[in-house]
Amino acid sequence: MAEPGLVAERRPGALAAYRALLGAQARSQAAYRTSFVVDLVGNVGATVFDVVTVLVLFGVTRELGGFTLREALVIVGISAFGFATADLLVGNIERLPRYVRTGLLDAVLVRPLGALPQLLLMDLPLRKVSRAVFGLGVLVVAVTSAGLDWTAARLALVVVAPLAAIVFFGSVFVTTATVSFYWIDSGELANSVTYGGRDFTSYPITVYGGWFRAVFAYGIGFAFVSYHPALALLGRADPLGLPAWVGWASPGVALVAAAVAAAAWRVGVRHYRSTGS
Amino acid sequence: MGSVTATVVPPTDSNVIRSFRTFRAIAASGFRRYATYRQAAVAGVVTNTVFGFLRCYVFLAVTDAAGTAGGYDRGQLATIVWAGQGLLAVILLWGWTDLADRIRTGEIASDLLRPVHPVTSYLATDLGRAGYASISRLLPPVLIGPLFFDVYLPRRWATLPLFVLSVVIAVVLCFGCRYLVNATAYWLQDVRGAMILWTLSSGTLAGLYFPLRFLPEGLQVALWAATPFPSLFQTPLDVLVERDPAPVQLGLVGLQLTWAVLILTACRLVQGRAERRLVVQGG
Repeated sequence: MAEPGLVAERRPGALAAYRALLGAQARSQAAYRTSFVVDLVGNVGATVFDVVTVLVLFGVTRELGGFTLREALVIVGISAFGFATADLLVGNIERLPRYVRTGLLDAVLVRPLGALPQLLLMDLPLRKVSRAVFGLGVLVVAVTSAGLDWTAARLALVVVAPLAAIVFFGSVFVTTATVSFYWIDSGELANSVTYGGRDFTSYPITVYGGWFRAVFAYGIGFAFVSYHPALALLGRADPLGLPAWVGWASPGVALVAAAVAAAAWRVGVRHYRSTGS
Repeated sequence: MGSVTATVVPPTDSNVIRSFRTFRAIAASGFRRYATYRQAAVAGVVTNTVFGFLRCYVFLAVTDAAGTAGGYDRGQLATIVWAGQGLLAVILLWGWTDLADRIRTGEIASDLLRPVHPVTSYLATDLGRAGYASISRLLPPVLIGPLFFDVYLPRRWATLPLFVLSVVIAVVLCFGCRYLVNATAYWLQDVRGAMILWTLSSGTLAGLYFPLRFLPEGLQVALWAATPFPSLFQTPLDVLVERDPAPVQLGLVGLQLTWAVLILTACRLVQGRAERRLVVQGG
C-alpha cells in the first residue's frame, strides 16, 4: 500500500497530476471574475488592517518595547509577508476538520498521491495572493526606510529570513491542523497558535512578559521568525541578552519546525480513523 | 396555552403575552441548541485567552510614563482586553451565516411559512445563543484575566446595570447588522463579498484590534455618530471601565439604542422587499 504521506510525490506522473489539480483550481476560482476580484481586494484588507493597527499604536506612543516605528516595521514586514504567504500556500489545511467530516479525506487517502499536497492543491486560495504581495510591499518599504547598514551577510539574511518565516508559519499551520485528527470539534483552537503567532511576531517580543513570552518566543519558537532576524538586520543587541548570532538561526529553526510538522502529519494520518459515514 | 383565557386577559394583552411567550420559547431553544456545542466552547475559551494575553501585553506596552494611553490607565486597558475577549463571542461579530445558507438552499421558504416574522424569530434564537455565550464564553476570560493582570473594577454602582443593558443592546444591534449582511443573499446568492467587507470593517471599526480612543478625536466622533460599529463593542467596554462621566456613558448607550432601532427597522424593510421578489431556490 502506498505510504499516505509526503513520499508519494516522487512517483512518475505525480507532478503532472498535481499540476492538473492546481490548474483546475485556478480555472474554477477565476471563473467568476467579479467574485474573484472582490475576494482579492477583500483579502488584502486583513493584512492592511494588521499594519494599520501597528501604525495606530505608534500614534499613541513613540516607542513600543524599546523600538521605534521604523525598527518595528522591519519586524512587522517579515511577519506579515511570511504569514500571508504561508497562509496562501498551506493555510487552508485549517479546514481539515471539514475534510474529515465530509469524508473528503477518505477519498484523498485512497489515491496514489501524497495526501497533504493533494489537500493543499485542491483548495489553494488564490485570492490570498493579494495579501502576500502587500506583505512583500511592507517588507520592502520597511527595510529600505530603516536605514540599514548593508553588508553581504545582511543582504542574504533579508532574503532568507522571510523565506524561513514562510516555512515556519506553514509548519505551524500543518502541526496545529493535525490536532483535529484526534479532536474533530477543536474548532478555532488552532487559531490561537496560527493567528496568535502572527500577532505575536508582529511586535518586538520585549513587550510581552513572563512565562507567556517564554512559551511563545522560545517554547514554540516564534522569536526566531521576525524578532531576532530584525535585530540582526538592524544591528541591534538583544535587550533580553541573547547573543547576536541568534538572528541568523531562523532558517535552522524553520527546518526543525518543518520536520516536526512532517512527523506530526504522518502520525496523525496513521492515527486517523474515518468518521465512518 | 391553558392560563390565557378570553375572560381573564383582554384580547390585545393576550396577543402581547402570547407573542412574548413564543419569543421566550424560541430564545430558550436557541440557548439549548448552542449549549450542545460544549467542546467548541472550550476551544473558543482557550483561543480567547491566548489573544487576551497578546493584546493585553501590547496595549500595556503603549502606555506612557504615567501609565496611561488614550485616556485609559493600565487597569482599564486590561479590563477592556479581557472583558472584550469574552464579549466577542457574546455579540458574535463573525461566523454567522445561518440565514444566508438557508436563503441559498431554499430552506428559507419554511421560515416564511411560520406565523412569527423571520427577523423576530432569528432575533429570539440569537438572544438565546448570546445568553449561553455569556456564561460559557464571557465569564472565563473575565475570571482568568485578573489572575495575571491588575484589572480595573467599576467604582460607580450604576455602572454594572448600565453595562448589562449596553451588552444586550450590542447583541441586538450586532444581530441586526449580521442579518442585513446575510440578507444580501436574497439578491446576490453568494454573500462572500459582503461577508468579507463586514468582517474587515467590524473588526477594526468596532474597536477589537485597538481601542478606538487611540484614534484622533475627530475620527472618533465621526465613527460613533456615522457608523454602528463602535456601538457594537467599544461602547459596552467603555461603559464597563468608566472611561467617561456618567452623563456621557448614558449618552453613548442612548446612541447605541438609536442604532439598534435603526438597524432592526432596516432589517424588517429589507426582509419585506426581499419577500416580494424572492424566488425560492431548489423548488
